[in-house]
Order: sequence, then structure tokens, then C-alpha cells
Amino acid sequence: MHELSIATSILETVEAEAAKRPGSRFVKLGLRIGELAGIDPDALTFGWEALTRDTEFANLALAIEGTPWKNRCPVCASEFVVKDYQSQCPACGEANTRCIGGEELDIAYIEVDEP
Amino acid sequence: MTQIQVEKKVLNENQRLAEELRAKFREHNVLTLNIISSPGSGKTSILERTLESFDKSKRVVVLTGDIQTENDAKRLARFGFPVKQIVTGGTCHLDAKMIEKHLADWPLKNIDLLFIENVGNLVCPSSYDLGEHAKIVMLSVTEGEDKPLKYPSIFAKSELMILNKVDLLPYVPFDAELAKQNARAVHPGMEIVEVSCTKGDGLTQWMEWLDRKAAATFRAQETTA
Ligand SMILES: [Zn+2]
Repeated sequence: MHELSIATSILETVEAEAAKRPGSRFVKLGLRIGELAGIDPDALTFGWEALTRDTEFANLALAIEGTPWKNRCPVCASEFVVKDYQSQCPACGEANTRCIGGEELDIAYIEVDEP
Repeated sequence: MTQIQVEKKVLNENQRLAEELRAKFREHNVLTLNIISSPGSGKTSILERTLESFDKSKRVVVLTGDIQTENDAKRLARFGFPVKQIVTGGTCHLDAKMIEKHLADWPLKNIDLLFIENVGNLVCPSSYDLGEHAKIVMLSVTEGEDKPLKYPSIFAKSELMILNKVDLLPYVPFDAELAKQNARAVHPGMEIVEVSCTKGDGLTQWMEWLDRKAAATFRAQETTA
């Protein structure tokens, strides 16, 4: 259950942002989670709700945007979405391509009701 | 309603600490390897075989993670090298802070090689950088060939896959070629060694990989220093 550790790290960032904005109410938290990040969005939401239940963030909803696994070809510079684990370059056939996306685990934005 | 752009990595703090650790390992030439697998794949067994084969003057240490018990540290301490257990108390991965804390009383200048045996789990440890030079993923033939496809993150991030328990291949329905093919679909060009910790097969190749990795790491450091 490492989603609870992740939720705890998210809460630390949210608390730091809240300290900078006294009086404002946070309503939505935008997260970006890549398909290679190893995070189950449902487990994360569950962990988040458990963690914030009795806090000022109990009503802060998570908006999770999933991002795809993307690779880049070192030969022809194509960038492509990896589907069905096929990491071969669809443009030139090069087998050895590099991961450039899909590992995101980011807090993108917070929506706030200003006082 | 206002939207504040935050753009922060959730594991920012872990990452920062991991980079600090990596800089220290670099300064003191400590090759650091983070070994990750499901429970029971044989992380402790390969460390036992490895420590057993080292000369007593080898400057190697082990940090071994476990959710509850100290058993792994006891198994590994028999070989006379410094070993410390990190009991995570329920957490299913090691993080950079735990590594920093448990290394605090081991002077890095006296260490050439640090093995980190992560908690048995293929998912969570893949998110946490520990400042290592390489992650190593282990898979055993008593698991499924499709594990690289089910857990692509850790196979994509690991430099080496150790396929363990190959002595059992005649008795289990495991297709080693398919497993390697799956690993290389997720991670093209991944290095793979096949070993049996009980019978000793492949351990020479594993030790050769270790030597190559140490040489390459320290050579790269010299040229950029
Ligand atoms: Zn290409």
C-alpha cells in the first residue's frame, strides 16, 4: 500500500501551499500520473480520503490525469506512444528507444476559492 | 475560482535527498546497487552467495529492508561484513531518508560497494530513488514469465535482470526465453544473467557484471571529475 505514503507526500505539499494562502479554500487538486508510475488511482484516492478525513482538506477532490508511456527514437527522433509493450520505433524500426514519458507523478495545479 | 499552477513532483523531497546521497557515493567512490524483487525471488540468497565469495578484505556493506523482521540481516551477517537491517514498520519500500539515516554511522570513505536489498515488492520500490548507481531486478522461475509486462516500470528502470532458480526449470512450467523476451520488450537491450543460488550456476557471470559495473562507474566519474 504505497499509495498512502504518496498521499502523505501530496498532503505535505498541499499544506505548504495552504500556509502561503491563509483564508483561501482549496477545492480541487490536479495530479498527473503516468502509466509507468506504479500508482493505482483508486488506491491513491482511497488513501487520500482516509488521510484527510478529519482535516481542513476533507473536501479537497483529486483530479487525476493519466499520461501515456512515450518513447523517443535516438536514430530518427520520432516520439511515439508505446502500446502493448512495443517499444520499437514505428517510423524507422530502431529497437533501442528511450523512455521520455509515463513516469510522471506530479502535482500539476490546485483550484482555490480566494477569500 | 483560481487555479494555482504548482508543478511539483510528489516525490520531490525523496529525489532531492537521493541526489545528495548519489553525490556522496560519487565523492567516496561507493558503488551502490538497489536490488528489487517480489518476496521469495532470492535477493537474500544471491547476497549470501556474493558475500561468501568475497575476500575478507573486501570493503562491502549491506542495508537490507524488511517490513517486520530482522531475519535477512542475521542471514547476511554470518559472512563478517557490516550488515544493517532497515525495518520499515509496514512501509512496502525503502526511501532515501531511511538510507541516509542507516548510513549515518558508516564512514563512506571505508566502503567500496553498498548493496541495498529493497523490501520484497515490484511496484512501490520502483518509485523511490535511493541514490543508487543501478537498480537490479530479480525474477525467479517459480513466478510468471509475464511479470515484466505486469510491472513494466521496474523492468524499464533496472539495468540488470537476474533470473534466479534456473536449476528448477525442468520442473516448472516457466518459459525462460519468453520471460527474457518480455523483459527486453519493456527494456530493449537489458542485460540478463541466469543464476541458481542453490547450485551456483551463473554466479560467475553475475560477479563479472559487478566488476564491469564498478569499472564503468568509476571510469565515468574520473573522466567527468
Ligand atoms: Zn526511428
